[in-house]
Amino acid sequence: MIEFRSVTKRFPDGTLAVDSFDLVVPPRKTTVLVGSSGCGKTTLLRMINRMIDPTSGSILIDGEDTGGLEPVKLRRRIGYVMQNSGLLPHRKVIDNVATVPILNGTPKREAREHALELLDTVGLDRSLADKYPRQLSGGQQQRVGVARGLAADPNILLMDEPFGAVDPIVRAELQQETIRLQEGLGKTVVFVTHDIDEAFLLGHQVVILQKGGHIAQSGTPAEILAAPANDFVATFVGADKRKRALHIQRVGDRDVVVDENGTPTGVLQP
Amino acid sequence: MNLVLGGIAWILDPANMNGPSGWIARLLEQLGYTFGAVAIAAIVAIPLGYAVGHTGRGRDIAVAFSGGLRALPSLGVLILFGFALGIGFKAPMLTLVILAIPPLLAGAYAGFEAVDRRTIDAARAVGMTELQVVGKVEVPLGLPLLIGGVRSSVLQVVATATLAGYIGGGALGTFIFQGAATRNYDMMLGASILVTALALVLEGIFALLQKLVVPRGVVATGQQNVRARSSRSRAVMGSPIQEGK
Repeated sequence: MIEFRSVTKRFPDGTLAVDSFDLVVPPRKTTVLVGSSGCGKTTLLRMINRMIDPTSGSILIDGEDTGGLEPVKLRRRIGYVMQNSGLLPHRKVIDNVATVPILNGTPKREAREHALELLDTVGLDRSLADKYPRQLSGGQQQRVGVARGLAADPNILLMDEPFGAVDPIVRAELQQETIRLQEGLGKTVVFVTHDIDEAFLLGHQVVILQKGGHIAQSGTPAEILAAPANDFVATFVGADKRKRALHIQRVGDRDVVVDENGTPTGVLQP
Repeated sequence: MNLVLGGIAWILDPANMNGPSGWIARLLEQLGYTFGAVAIAAIVAIPLGYAVGHTGRGRDIAVAFSGGLRALPSLGVLILFGFALGIGFKAPMLTLVILAIPPLLAGAYAGFEAVDRRTIDAARAVGMTELQVVGKVEVPLGLPLLIGGVRSSVLQVVATATLAGYIGGGALGTFIFQGAATRNYDMMLGASILVTALALVLEGIFALLQKLVVPRGVVATGQQNVRARSSRSRAVMGSPIQEGK
């Protein structure tokens, strides 16, 4: 469990990125922070592993204040997946995956063997192990990034717009993979995105943020869709544009779901 | 043409070749100056350049400082040091160290600066200490630009080491100044040819070395994603050092 307690971050240039933010991230679930650029979502994420330190307030992981922990040690027990994979270009895929265990003192051979298993976990062929990141496609690189994030078997996985730079088809694939991995491994995932559809797809808990890290609404996707807290949320999730307004049409003995243009999108199952 | 032949004949004459004042000994002195000066300069300039490149602090000072050093006329500095330190190898060595510093400094910090910020950020985020970020990420990825700095440093120094002969510091310049004084043009030309050949050989060696130190993953061409390659990572492969870019 991760707890934000009245966390405030003011950058040296005076920008108030996050203003008195409170949130409880439940364990073994996916929590998605979603909002437009400048809402402080990445700042919030990076404060969890102390890549950024809060100006005031505290962040607790399983009841322990991270402010009192050594940042390097903390980061080694939290998985981190970033946009553009962030792989080391001069190291082979396998060595990239094994980075954190080797930093933690795992013998190289053992770390590499474990890394090979992780390639299976994220759905990559083992033959890619000896390639360099640049020889991989964008989607493959992101998978390596996820494997690296999982390598030290962390309880927490932070994902900062990890699928922002890949094409829609690959993104859909990676999203499904993320759901599968989260369910299979039971990690606490904190996911940052600006894409509300991605947020609803992945999040058990979705936190919609406004400028300054103010929570516009937080809840399950169904709760948010059923009752947007205010106009901002309604606009953000697309409820006002009737994008989410579906109707049921009776066709013969089946219920067909149609969107606002009358285009059928599916059939209700009994 | 006759002059060139005269120069070559001078080089090939065993009497000029061997012994403590033969050209082989002088050439070794020239090399000694070159690598001695570059090594001493490296001890000063590389840690300084790495510190500037890693922290991003003091960059303006480093640029101004190395620009200032570059503007110093070597002959003037040599004579000044010659008066202060007397005849011998100390004054030329010190002059050459000053000449060698700017390209090394620029190579060191430009190499670090050329590393993609996102790569460094990711290295830190997975739990590398600052020292590990330097040693495992910045140094290997910045190496091609550093070697580029060593290359220009060596080339400038090997050419300028010729001046040592002007204040009795030995090396190949001895023949040139002696030849000028005694109108022995064969000797002057022979020594000039040797200096030129030495510079070209060193240039070739370093050009090759620079290619060899590019990390394999950086040269590895992808099957795709050519567009997604960042301009910063491409800069790592370039050879020329651009100062104050």
